Amino acid sequence: MLILALETATESVGVAIGTSDGPMATVEVARGRRHTETLVPAVEFVCRQADVALAEVTAVAVDIGPGLFTGMRVGIATAKAFAMALDVPIAPVSSLDVLAGGVGDTDRVVVPVVDTRKGEVAWSMVRTAHGRTERLMEPAIGPVEDLVADMMARDQPSVCVGDGAARYRDEITAGVNCEVAGPVHPSPVALLAAAVGIAAEEALCAPHLVEPMYLRAPDATINWATRQVRP
Amino acid sequence: MSMSNDMAVTTMRGGAGQLGVGPDTLVLGIETSCDETAAALVLGGTDVVSSVVSSQIDLHAEFGGVVPEVASRAHLESLNPVVERALADAGVGPERVDAVACTVGPGLIGALLVGVSAAKALSLAWEVPFVGVNHLEAHLYSSFLDHGDIGFPLVVLLVSGGHTMLIEMRGHGDYRLLGRTIDDAAGEAFDKVARFLDLGYPGGPAIDAAAELGDPEHIAFPRAMMHDGLDMSFSGLKTAVTNHVRRHPDVGSADVAASFRAAVVDVLVAKTRRAAAEVDAVGIVLGGGVAANALLRTEMTAAGAADGRTVLLPSREMCTDNAAMIAAAGWHRLGVDGPSPLDIGAFPTMPLVSSTPEAHRG
Ligand SMILES: [Zn+2]
Repeated sequence: MLILALETATESVGVAIGTSDGPMATVEVARGRRHTETLVPAVEFVCRQADVALAEVTAVAVDIGPGLFTGMRVGIATAKAFAMALDVPIAPVSSLDVLAGGVGDTDRVVVPVVDTRKGEVAWSMVRTAHGRTERLMEPAIGPVEDLVADMMARDQPSVCVGDGAARYRDEITAGVNCEVAGPVHPSPVALLAAAVGIAAEEALCAPHLVEPMYLRAPDATINWATRQVRP
Repeated sequence: MSMSNDMAVTTMRGGAGQLGVGPDTLVLGIETSCDETAAALVLGGTDVVSSVVSSQIDLHAEFGGVVPEVASRAHLESLNPVVERALADAGVGPERVDAVACTVGPGLIGALLVGVSAAKALSLAWEVPFVGVNHLEAHLYSSFLDHGDIGFPLVVLLVSGGHTMLIEMRGHGDYRLLGRTIDDAAGEAFDKVARFLDLGYPGGPAIDAAAELGDPEHIAFPRAMMHDGLDMSFSGLKTAVTNHVRRHPDVGSADVAASFRAAVVDVLVAKTRRAAAEVDAVGIVLGGGVAANALLRTEMTAAGAADGRTVLLPSREMCTDNAAMIAAAGWHRLGVDGPSPLDIGAFPTMPLVSSTPEAHRG
């Protein structure tokens, strides 16, 4: 098994190639948002550094969000095209799970928080003890006050990670007793590890089944729906 | 990025002057700049082996125009099946594809990025060149798909929902902008007037159908800038239509549509004739969605006959956005410039003149 992992759901771009033994080569660019400019050249680079041919890849892992729509689409379009050209399946992984997977074992509840812009964040809550991640809730999206209210209601010792947690550190820590820690961006190595798990569970997908996790309708659709109810 | 030097070394074969681009070169074209997801296989820059277009018209109809976020989402869903269908229709496997050409601009940025990202991945995985194509240049090449070479110079009237321009094509890759709309595109005017008259979306075919039943001389709508230069203006006309209907609520939609269409076509034909005379063009070529307009096609053909100039009317499928024209333009670009680097992005505003994608980096 050789997995190519593509991470573009937030501002950062990351690529890792590796197996169940771990990454063989990896690239991470923390800032810039030039996703499409960076991604395919980075794939070329990691293949060369790992001394493998792209044709040897047996699955493509991709972060399906939530996150920045454009970044998510660059990653998923690239993953689908690789999967079609190489005739291999895809391991779709949520950015929230990738972030949580990067935390490692802890007794606290892990709260991955992704900055989705326009004053909103997406989050979920996960237990990561004993090398397993268990989702305590489905991903949610809303203003940071909703996240704080959600955490207060659950009242559990927790650790917040992700660029949303970093951006709204003050609002979150003022509202609840928790630690804001790393990682800030989902890492391609954590994505690769999650994909190894998906492959082991034989849960890889055909490319046409892979969809972005937008968590919200396009703006125009929302406006249209609002217009409908007016007289 | 410290890896940039390493990354510049690509695994692709060829480069400017090394790549044998010839009549047997099969190019896969990909187009996602607006509201059509398209893929096509074109042999030797002219022979359309397959051409698949998945239109999003139904998705955007309820909004009366293209919604960028809706378009981007639909492209991501449709692109793989559209490419697979183009290969299946051509009856060839991926190993037969010699290059992947893709629109890199101009267009909706989110929509463009889906195609560009996928095209680069296909190019790397298949180990064939990637070539970025200017969508406007591709429209010029759509005429060669159906007719072959008729010589130069040509005057191209490119009219769609996003563009209205007159271009002198002096040779392959050699263009000069002669005139353009200073405000709305002609297709945009069709859409807005059709929406105002409640005729439906897209506006072009809706106005065309209604106009057939009306009197084109019923209302004397203005022909803006008719006697002055090669630039055009359509926003005043759109306003004239709305003002007229508000003042005459009983006027029939068919008469309004017919009079509006006549005004637009009059301007387009007069400007194109003047442009063709100025550069002494051997022929006139129509491109873009509005080039499917029935009245424009007849009037332009009549004008060409009167002036002794050949008028090329691409088939309606090749007027509107498609990927065959992208593959054709890509074949020419590949022969002239060689492959595009895999680290180029997409260019929402990209002029036709100097249309080498590399010239617009950053
Ligand atoms: Zn077009």
